[in-house]
Amino acid sequence: MRNYWWKILAYLLLLTVCTEGFLVKVPVLEGRLQQSVRNTFFHVPMWFGMMIFFTVSVVYALLYLYKQKPGYDHYALEFARTGTVFGILGLITGAIWANYQWGSPWSGDPKQNGAAVAILIYLAYFVLRGSINDIDKRHKISAVYNIFAYAMLFPTIWILPRMTESLHPGGMGAEGNPGLNPNDSAPAVTSFMWIGVAGWTLLGVWITTLRIRLQFLIEKKLHG
Amino acid sequence: MPDAAIFANNMSTSVKHIVTLIKKDLLLEVRQQYTFYGILLYVASTIFIVYLTMGQPEGQVWNSLFWIVQLFVCVNAVAKSFLGDSRGRMLYFYSIAGATDFILSKLVFNIILMLVMSLLSLGVFIVLLDNPLTHFTAFLGISMLGGLGLALVFTFLAAIAAKAQQQAALMAIMGFPVIVPQLLLLSKIAKTAFEPVIQGGIWQMVLVLMGLDLLTVILALILFPFLWKD
Repeated sequence: MRNYWWKILAYLLLLTVCTEGFLVKVPVLEGRLQQSVRNTFFHVPMWFGMMIFFTVSVVYALLYLYKQKPGYDHYALEFARTGTVFGILGLITGAIWANYQWGSPWSGDPKQNGAAVAILIYLAYFVLRGSINDIDKRHKISAVYNIFAYAMLFPTIWILPRMTESLHPGGMGAEGNPGLNPNDSAPAVTSFMWIGVAGWTLLGVWITTLRIRLQFLIEKKLHG
Repeated sequence: MPDAAIFANNMSTSVKHIVTLIKKDLLLEVRQQYTFYGILLYVASTIFIVYLTMGQPEGQVWNSLFWIVQLFVCVNAVAKSFLGDSRGRMLYFYSIAGATDFILSKLVFNIILMLVMSLLSLGVFIVLLDNPLTHFTAFLGISMLGGLGLALVFTFLAAIAAKAQQQAALMAIMGFPVIVPQLLLLSKIAKTAFEPVIQGGIWQMVLVLMGLDLLTVILALILFPFLWKD
């Protein structure tokens, strides 16, 4: 119980989001957003999850460079993988929603483009890993690329959208949009969004820990 | 000797190392002229192809073509910067100069190379594709800034790619997504050089760009020693 309480918590949180999230009363905004605002409980947590997992991944990459323990590389790899999956899911959930609300699944919004670049950068991370055969070298070089890519990408994701106009909420017109506008959301939407962030992130951590255990088992089998 | 004097002494030796290494790279470039002329030919023929297929495009197209050509020129010019040195020679540099001096010399050399290339491609662009610029000096400055940023990022990526197989392909796979934010900023800043009045808001973007450049240098200095050691 001491070790797996958070898995039960993840289950309960996601159960809440997937049932009560569809039933809770949300503002209809003169018919503009209708019920589609409930996408906030699914789409937004994907981005929180992606950013959290990429950040954890870069922390493990740093740890690897300082301690040179191969285990840290498994952590960095698997968190980057889960982050990429969450990013792709975020793009898909956004595109389905945008198809109805903005008129087309892809409208070249700065946030959409930034997210697509993020996923491309992390896909390059997996290609780079695959192209190095020597294991120690692979761990070290992918850790270096991980840190570099993170440092190049995240300032632009966090700074640039605030400088240009976007269709995403938080609108300050030409002043730029951060992507969320907590001051202009109904309390029900905000609270269920945070439940979603917690639930989906915990689920992502769960998936990642399973994959890390698998990596360690494979390594044990290969090297005795 | 007091600490400050030791520090000053270390600084002067490391500056000496860096200058020597840059001189070595420049000398190699002068001796093996075919690589330098190869890139020149690359620049000229790429822009000539653009001219033949596009004619003389208007401002926005001109701008985006300029940055795409810069990107490809940079990949080709910088990619080879770690290939010329064999394993044994790298070990030799490591023992006499140290990793940070070595990467700094490569960064400075590639910046010089890219500044020359930027000037050159700007010249060829204006000759072949006409000059839609209203603020020539502003665009000149922006293209220098762009050359600087591209050179920094790709030098570091070349250092990573040099450790893996299929370096040329990896440079493109790693480099193109990583450089997108910078290119986006650059083309946005450059757009003002085509308009009658330079907008005030561009300084904010120039600052972000310079911040990214500084970040690249710092990361290269911190991370390169890890790449170097085998």
